[in-house]
Amino acid sequence: MAKVLLFGRLRDLAGWRERAFEPAPASLLALKSVIAGLDADLAAALEGPGVRAAVDRVLVRGDCPLRSDAEVAFMPAMSGG
Amino acid sequence: MIALVDRPFDPGAELNRFCRGRAETGAVASFLGLARGEAGHGTVLALEAYPGFTEGEIGKIAAAAVDRFALHGVAITHRVGRIAPGEAIVLVLTAAAHRREAFEACDYLMDYLKSRAPLWKMEHLPAGPRWVEPTPRDQADLARWDPPRGDDPP
Repeated sequence: MAKVLLFGRLRDLAGWRERAFEPAPASLLALKSVIAGLDADLAAALEGPGVRAAVDRVLVRGDCPLRSDAEVAFMPAMSGG
Repeated sequence: MIALVDRPFDPGAELNRFCRGRAETGAVASFLGLARGEAGHGTVLALEAYPGFTEGEIGKIAAAAVDRFALHGVAITHRVGRIAPGEAIVLVLTAAAHRREAFEACDYLMDYLKSRAPLWKMEHLPAGPRWVEPTPRDQADLARWDPPRGDDPP
C-alpha cells in the first residue's frame, strides 16, 4: 500500500490530504496515471509549475520506483518565511 | 538548530540562548519576521509543514549557509499552524567571526526559506482564504545568490 500526501492548494483541489493506493503502483509515473484515472484536474495540477514530489521524504525529479509501502508527497510551490 | 513550533515563541530568549558560550564569535545577526496586519484587515496566517521532511530540508538550507559563509552556528525557529498579526513567524540567527558573513548569511537564509522551505502559507483575508505562492520578487531575491552563468541556455 502506497500512501499519498497532498499539501497546500493541491489538498484543497483534491478534497483529501492523505490516501492509500492498493496495490502500490510500481513507479511514480504509474501512480500519476492511476491518479489521472481518478481525478483529471488533480493529475493536471501535479504537472503544474513549481509542483514537486518527494518519495519516502526525498525530493524526486522525473520518475522513480516505488516500494510497496512508499510514502509519496506532492507539494506545490513553497512559501515559508 | 532547526525548530518548528506551533505556538508563539520568545525571540529574545532564543537570541540569548544562541549567544551563550561563544568565545570565538565576533558577530551574531538576526532576522525576525512578523505576521503583518495588512492595514487592519485582521489577516490570520496559517502555515502548513510536512512533519519529518520540512525540518530536514530547512536543515540542508542551513548547512549550505554554514559552508558558504563559514558560520560558527545557525538557528532557525519557524512557526507553523495559525499565526495572528504581530506574532513572530520566523527567527533566523547566524554567528560568524565578523559581521559581514553574519549579515549576508541571514539574508541568504531568508531568501531560501521563502522559496525552498517546504512550508505552505495560507492567508485568511476578508474575501476568503488564499494560498500564498512565491512572487517574482521572491524568485529574483533567490537568484541573487546564484546568478545564471553566461553559458547557461536561456
